[in-house]
Amino acid sequence: MKLRELVELLEGTILTDPEHLDREITCAFGSDLISDILMCTKEATLLLTGLTNPQVIRLSDMIDLLGIVFVRGKKPAEDLIEMANERDLPLITTKFTLYKSAGILYNTGLRSCKI
Amino acid sequence: MAEYWNITENAQVNFEKFKKEKPEPEMSITYKVGHKDFVNSGKASSEIKLMLKRLGVNPEILRRVAVASYEAEINVTAHSIGGNIICDIYLDCVHIKFKDNGPGIKSLEKALEPGWSTADDLVREMGFGAGLGLPNIKKNSDIMHIDSEESKSTLLEIIIFY
Repeated sequence: MKLRELVELLEGTILTDPEHLDREITCAFGSDLISDILMCTKEATLLLTGLTNPQVIRLSDMIDLLGIVFVRGKKPAEDLIEMANERDLPLITTKFTLYKSAGILYNTGLRSCKI
Repeated sequence: MAEYWNITENAQVNFEKFKKEKPEPEMSITYKVGHKDFVNSGKASSEIKLMLKRLGVNPEILRRVAVASYEAEINVTAHSIGGNIICDIYLDCVHIKFKDNGPGIKSLEKALEPGWSTADDLVREMGFGAGLGLPNIKKNSDIMHIDSEESKSTLLEIIIFY
């Protein structure tokens, strides 16, 4: 699924470079626990989370993230968006909850990442 | 109390031999870790990963090094009053030492239990403190060694072969 389509489904907004909308998203993972994200993601994946601190962006230095969707209307600070742009990492924000966002994406066929 | 966790066969013998011989690393870099410095924490691990990537280490090994090192770096940030990371790069492995200035681990046994954590609210709010740090480091290392005592400093060492 293209990131553009995903943003429409989640009625979200892209926070980083709009060129990111053409990215292909192959799978997803959702969690608010950093250790779980580190342990569970064995392939490049989209991350759905409610965490908006700098460590979430730093995570993408350790594991391959295709992008991050901030749920429950969370929006990271401007310097985090800057950090993400430097890393060419797409950031999306949506008003939907983690449960609802994951449900919508799963129903349209976006699979869970290999854990 | 000091403990070994060896994921590979004969690792403890090899590690003791390694400590005795003190081989000269190809490269050694030291990083500082500040107490509760969550803005900069993770930078060292990300640099170590990048360095090994440039040396041509395969992506699966890179992921293991990055995850283990990052968890350990976060531990120093979240639980100690600060410390150092010393990364020694050899031709066949990377040896990373996380040495903090205290206050030490009260119960190593408990600290290694998945789900057990002493993290405070600030740390938990940031998505840490699930009690999975040490188990995660253990899982991703070939050799892990911890030396810690309450009211003293902690030394965590990991070795990962390429």
